[in-house]
Amino acid sequence: MTPAAITALRHKDLLGIADLAADEISLVLDTAEAMKEIGSRPIKKVPALRGKTIVNLFFEPSTRTRTSFEIAEKRLSADTLNIAISSSSVVKGETLADTALNLEAMNPDMIVLRHSSSGACHLLARICRSAIINAGDGMHEHPTQALLDAFTIRERKKRLAGLKVAIVGDLLHSRVLRSNIHLLTKMGAEVWVCGPPTLIPTEIRRFGVRATSVVEEAVRDADVIMLLRIQLERMEGAFFPSLREYFNVFGMTEKRLELASPDVMIMHPGPMNRGVEIASEVADGPYSVILDQVHNGVAVRMAVLYLLAGGSEHEAAA
Amino acid sequence: MKRLLKGGRVIDPGNGIDGMHDVLIDGDRIVRVGRDIPVEGVTVVEVPDGYVVCPGLIDIHVHLREPGQEHKETVASGTASAVAGGFTAVACMPNTTPVNDNANVTAYILAKAAEAGLARVYPIGAVSRGSKGELLADIAELKAAGCVAITDDGHPTASALLLRRALEYAGMFGIPVIEHCEDQSLKGDGVAHEGFHAASLGLRGIPGACEALGVERGVLLAELTGSHFHVAHMSARASLRAVRKAKEAGIRVTCEVTPHHFTLTDESLLTPVAYDTNTKMNPPLREAADRDAILGGIVDGSVDLIATDHAPHHYDEKNVEFDRAPFGIVGLETAVPLSLDRLVHSGLIRLPRLVELMATNPARVLNLPGGTLSEGAPADITILAPDLKVRIVANALRSRSKNMPFDGWELRGSVAATMVGGRPVFVNPEASIRL
Amino acid sequence: MPVVMDADRIGRTLTRIAHEIVERNKGVEDLALVGIRTRGVHIARRLARSLKEITGDEVPTGALDITLYRDDLMRHAVGPQPLVRRTEILFSIDDRKVLLVDDVLYTGRTTRAALDALIDFGRPRSIQLVVLVDRGHRELPIKADYVGKNLPTSPEESIQVRLMESDGQDEVVLQ
Ligand SMILES: [Zn+2]
Repeated sequence: MTPAAITALRHKDLLGIADLAADEISLVLDTAEAMKEIGSRPIKKVPALRGKTIVNLFFEPSTRTRTSFEIAEKRLSADTLNIAISSSSVVKGETLADTALNLEAMNPDMIVLRHSSSGACHLLARICRSAIINAGDGMHEHPTQALLDAFTIRERKKRLAGLKVAIVGDLLHSRVLRSNIHLLTKMGAEVWVCGPPTLIPTEIRRFGVRATSVVEEAVRDADVIMLLRIQLERMEGAFFPSLREYFNVFGMTEKRLELASPDVMIMHPGPMNRGVEIASEVADGPYSVILDQVHNGVAVRMAVLYLLAGGSEHEAAA
Repeated sequence: MKRLLKGGRVIDPGNGIDGMHDVLIDGDRIVRVGRDIPVEGVTVVEVPDGYVVCPGLIDIHVHLREPGQEHKETVASGTASAVAGGFTAVACMPNTTPVNDNANVTAYILAKAAEAGLARVYPIGAVSRGSKGELLADIAELKAAGCVAITDDGHPTASALLLRRALEYAGMFGIPVIEHCEDQSLKGDGVAHEGFHAASLGLRGIPGACEALGVERGVLLAELTGSHFHVAHMSARASLRAVRKAKEAGIRVTCEVTPHHFTLTDESLLTPVAYDTNTKMNPPLREAADRDAILGGIVDGSVDLIATDHAPHHYDEKNVEFDRAPFGIVGLETAVPLSLDRLVHSGLIRLPRLVELMATNPARVLNLPGGTLSEGAPADITILAPDLKVRIVANALRSRSKNMPFDGWELRGSVAATMVGGRPVFVNPEASIRL
Repeated sequence: MPVVMDADRIGRTLTRIAHEIVERNKGVEDLALVGIRTRGVHIARRLARSLKEITGDEVPTGALDITLYRDDLMRHAVGPQPLVRRTEILFSIDDRKVLLVDDVLYTGRTTRAALDALIDFGRPRSIQLVVLVDRGHRELPIKADYVGKNLPTSPEESIQVRLMESDGQDEVVLQ
């Protein structure tokens, strides 16, 4: 792997992949490679962020992402504080801005935010001195997920450029989709997105991707297939008639998989709905790297935390 | 007391006047517009070269928020904002707390307006009681108390049947039904125009068709009832198409557009500040094709008038997540600079058309006494300084709320002075005129 | 720019150190080499080759990046983070005699970081320090076991070790 040409990220926060340039993405991925090794040591901990305080502010329940960040923070020896606020208490409680200002008063170095509103991280970043790391905001972005996906692909395929990546599922409501589109197109992959027309965002082609509702077309010769979670409540929004019908038309089955490249990778950001977007045989089959994704999540988040802990190059120069 | 406005370019489209004239005012009335009016016994106000004297501007879509939401705006602060923006009269929306669905609320608003003594205020009554969309409000009572139109603005009229009844009933009094056109099922929980930028920012979309459906519904019912249907804050090209077709068919439909819809597009959701809640309004900022179509409608006459949809919200209400923020921006004090800069100086329209859009037609649509410099008309006069550059400063607004996305904008064209009933109610200190 | 060691001198010095290592450890059994990134790794690999020539035995060799252990990492409120590179120690260091290799020994802080890092990999029987140049000015109680060259310097001077693998030539320069 060629070393990244830069040594620091250009922003104080990680709000989305949209803000990152290709060299910054490479820097995160390269750093994550170094971080991954730490997880295989007998003592999986380095003193890098000793004395740094990181607040994990979660307005949505998310065991997976929260634990992944927490492990990453602990491996870097940061002091962590977990705050979980249920959306229901927000309605009557204080505003996000007030919550943020109260946290700021405690002088954290970084805030990892998960929130159900798109743009919540932008709001926080405008108010806070601390570095803000987006752990998923509404339907907007989930940048560390895209980074760990890219890391997992690069680990196997040794490259991102030129790969055909098919993303299938609920495109409309997916922050994972948006982050992945930004990342993969910036790194030169050929991205296909696929789902029922009711779940494809308007003007999706302006993102530089190919869109189709014919899953066979998306999957044909794909090097990577990413499946996105289908939420049960979408049925009520009349986005599709039934889960059974969704599976019949879009579900990733072994038969559909035969169309893909022989060394295709099957990915899923989790949590999975077996028998809806993915057949169990595929999820547990030889092409699945779903557990690698979870594993790599820690290294990628360590890289992001480490790189943002020092502040941005831009600020240092100022 | 007699006052003579001497030396300006007088534009009064209703009377076909556009030229160097003097305007003679006696007390609260206009006496004469003409050349070389004798100056004996009158106070002479020298109007500088390049300034424009026109009928007082009228904004027929303003949320004054009083009674009930005085932390956002009051009749006094709203009318102060209006006169600073060159408006001599505003029509205010009924979605106050309580809703203006009875004569008491109307009278309260009018009393507050008289107390403030700035712009004239014409209340607009609710279509339905409490704007709940069930029973009709007492429209005769509202009309008698001074309401000039009815609307359930904030929302569309709840059903086609209710809108039909409202049109029929309002038609009896010769007042229009103003409609916030929107299909609510299609809007869902949308917060921004459905297009590339909303998709990219992960914001739920409101397609242009959502508004156009409401326009089409109203047009059909206006045809059915023969009553006057007025489309509020029109933003989508499909709506404009529906209005044009209706007008061609002789249906009694009029429409207004806002300065923000003809100035901005949905790109403002992203830049200069991503997720700026001051770019959140309903209808939303549309894509460029819609904005351009609206400009086309302004040019070709399909659009009847400009109204601001002045919608004040407190800073704290806007300083939240985008999807939680209330819709709306303030607009009274930016309408003239935006219109002059974006419509006139850009070469799209000439000044007389702008005066038509902001004074003559608003008065006609709501059948108001102003909008003209005819002899005997109220001396409601706006003096414009079309070349005076302004820098918009949110915190300097007279409005109690500062929610708008134009902070720091530099525009060409400004208000020089505003007179209501012959009385100067605003003089721009930057302008070279003294009243 | 005085060249204090040329290629030939560096080569002979490393061979000499290799012999010392064999002598003091009575062979290479249980030895492991861990070089500190970047140039310590190159030196460790060269020593491994010399040790093989002398004894015929392979000595496992690893690379250690100490960036995440630096004591100045979080001292500055704001600034770009130093680049982290991979640590590659693909063998267990438990009960081994680890030879920690660096190019220059100066304040001792890098060595301190490396010792902390190594301990996280297990419990070596011993750690011995190998450096090509010892320039003095220690700030911590650290001493090298094998020194290529003792070079008294002033703090204003800087020592540049250039190696074929990373710099295209072998030399030590005093600036
Ligand atoms: Zn409205």
